[in-house]
Amino acid sequence: MNRSKWRNVRNELFSNAFGIAALSILAIFTLAAAFAFLSPMDPNALDITAKLQPPSLHHLFGTDDYGRDYFTRALYGGRVSLMVGFASMILSTGIGATIGIVSGYFGGWIDNLLMRLLEVFLSIPSFLVLLLLSVFLSPSVGNIIVIIAFLMWMNIARIVRAETLSLKTREYVLYARASGQNSFGIILKHILPNLVPVIIVGATNNIASAILMESSLSFLGFGVQPPNATWGSMLNNAQSYVVNSPNLALFPGLLILLTVLSFNILGDILRVGFEPKLGRR
Amino acid sequence: MRQLIARRLLQAIPLLFVVSVVCFGLVKLAPGDPVLSFVTPNMHAEDIERIRHNLGLDQPAYVQYYHWLMECLSGNLGYSLVNHQPVFDQIVDRIPATAGLMGISIALAILIAIPLGLIAGSNRNRFIDKAINLFAYIGISVPTFWLGILAIYLFAIKLHWLPSMGMRTIGQNSAWDIIKHGILPCAVLTFGFLASYLRYIRSGTISQLKEDYVQIQYAFGSKKSTVLFRHVMKHILLPVITLLGLSIGDLVTGALVTETVFSWPGIGSLGMTAVRGMDYPVILGITIFSALLLVFGNLLADILYGVADPRIKLGEVSS
Repeated sequence: MNRSKWRNVRNELFSNAFGIAALSILAIFTLAAAFAFLSPMDPNALDITAKLQPPSLHHLFGTDDYGRDYFTRALYGGRVSLMVGFASMILSTGIGATIGIVSGYFGGWIDNLLMRLLEVFLSIPSFLVLLLLSVFLSPSVGNIIVIIAFLMWMNIARIVRAETLSLKTREYVLYARASGQNSFGIILKHILPNLVPVIIVGATNNIASAILMESSLSFLGFGVQPPNATWGSMLNNAQSYVVNSPNLALFPGLLILLTVLSFNILGDILRVGFEPKLGRR
Repeated sequence: MRQLIARRLLQAIPLLFVVSVVCFGLVKLAPGDPVLSFVTPNMHAEDIERIRHNLGLDQPAYVQYYHWLMECLSGNLGYSLVNHQPVFDQIVDRIPATAGLMGISIALAILIAIPLGLIAGSNRNRFIDKAINLFAYIGISVPTFWLGILAIYLFAIKLHWLPSMGMRTIGQNSAWDIIKHGILPCAVLTFGFLASYLRYIRSGTISQLKEDYVQIQYAFGSKKSTVLFRHVMKHILLPVITLLGLSIGDLVTGALVTETVFSWPGIGSLGMTAVRGMDYPVILGITIFSALLLVFGNLLADILYGVADPRIKLGEVSS
C-alpha cells in the first residue's frame, strides 16, 4: 500500500460525479445522524392532535400516526440504521479477514477445515436463520449486529484468502520466511498491509448489505423494537397508513436507497481505484 | 466430466449433513415447549408426559436428530404445531406459487438484461452506459419491500389498475385473475434480478470485446450489431446460465420479503407465518428445503460453469 495508490483512489473518487455524490450523501447522513439531538423536536413527543400531517415547513417529512415529527424520527432512525450497518461491517470484516488470512497463509488442514466451515455458512439460508435467531434471542440492537455479522463474513474471507494465497508467494514474503521471521510478524508486516485494498472494498459492500438486511428484518417486525426506530421499522409502521399518508412510506425507503446506493457506488469506485488494471468502469 | 459431477454430488452429502445438524440445532435451541401446543386445560401431568414420550421429546437431542433425519429421508418433515398438517404437504402445496412467481421473474430479468447489458458494455462510459449502470445500481440497492409498497400505492391504491394482495380474487378462478395478481410482485422481483444480471452481462461484454475473435469479425467487415448479438452474445449466454443455478438457491429466501408484502401464498409467506407463530417444525422444514435448494443450486452453477467453459476445472470454482 503506497502513496501513489491512495492518490489513484482519490483521483478516481473525485473525478467521478457519482463518487462525489455518494460521498456527499454519506457525509450528510452521517452528520445528520450524529447531530440528531440538535433537532428542535423530540422524536418521541406525542401529539395526537397533529397526527398524520403531510410534509410542511414545520414538519419537513410530516408527522406519523402519533403526531411525532417524522423528520426527527428519521434522523434518529438513521442513527440506528447506520450504526447497525457500520458495526456489523466491522465485526464481519474482522471475522472474515482473520479466517481468510489464517486459511490462506497456513494452508493444509486448517485451510481445509475453515473452507468447509465457510461452505456450511454459505449453504445455510441466511435470512431465515436471521429471522429465527432474532425471534428467540431478544432483538436488541447488539444482538442484531452480531447475528448479521455472523451471516456476512464469508465474502470477505474468500477474497482475503485468495489474495493471501498470491501474496504468500511474493519474493519479500519468501525472503522474510527464509530469514526466520515468525508467521505472526510476516502476516502483520508483509501480508496485512497489502490486503488493505481488498478489505476496504469488501467492507464497503458489506455495509450496504448489512443495512439492507437490517431494514428487511426491521420491516418484518423482527429487528429493532419500539420505541427505538430504524428506517426499516418506520416502513413497517408506514405500511398501515399508506393509503392516506404515503409520505410515511416514501421518506425512510428513500433514505435507505440513497445510503445503500452510495455505499455500493463507493465500493465499485474504490475497487477500480485500487486496481487500475481493471480500467474505469 | 461425468466423474467430476459425481464427485461434486458426493461432496454435497456431508455438507448437507452438517447443514441439517446446524438447522436442527438452531431450532432445538429455540425457547418454548412444542408439547404445549397439544395440551388442553383438563389434561393430567401423566398425559402431557405421554405426549412428550410419543413425540420422542424426552430423548436426548442426538437421538431426536437421528429420528428426525430418518423421517426426513423418507419424506416426512413432521407436523405443524399450529394446524397439525404435515409440513411436507404444506411446502409442496406452496411450491407452484413461489416457483411460478420466481421462474417468470428470472426469465423476464434475463430476457431484458441480455440486450441492455450488451448495449451498455459496448458503449462503455457513454451516456447510455451510464444510464443503464445507474439503473442497475439502484436495482441492487433498493429495498424490495419499499419498492413493493410504492408499487401497491401507485398501481393498486391510486390508479386501481391491479390488485394489491393475494393470488386470487375470491369467487374467481381464471388464469387472467392470477396473472393480474402476479404482475406487481413479479415486476418488483424482476427489477432486483435484472440489476444483478445486468452488471454481470455488462462486465462480461466489456471483457469479451477485447478478445481476438471480435477484432477478426470487424476485420471481415461485420457490423457492430452482428458482432454483438451473434458472436459476443453466444459467449455471454453460457455463463449467464450459471446465474440461474445461483438464483435457484435464492428461491425461498429471495421471495420471502416480496411474498410477505404482497401476501402471495408461496413458501416465503408460509415461512413468515411459521416464524410469527413459532411453528418450529414448519420453520425447520422450510429451512432444510431452502438449504437443499441452495446446495444444489450452487452445484448446478458449478457444473454449468464447467460445461460453459471447459478451461475451468470443476470444483475449483467454489473455493
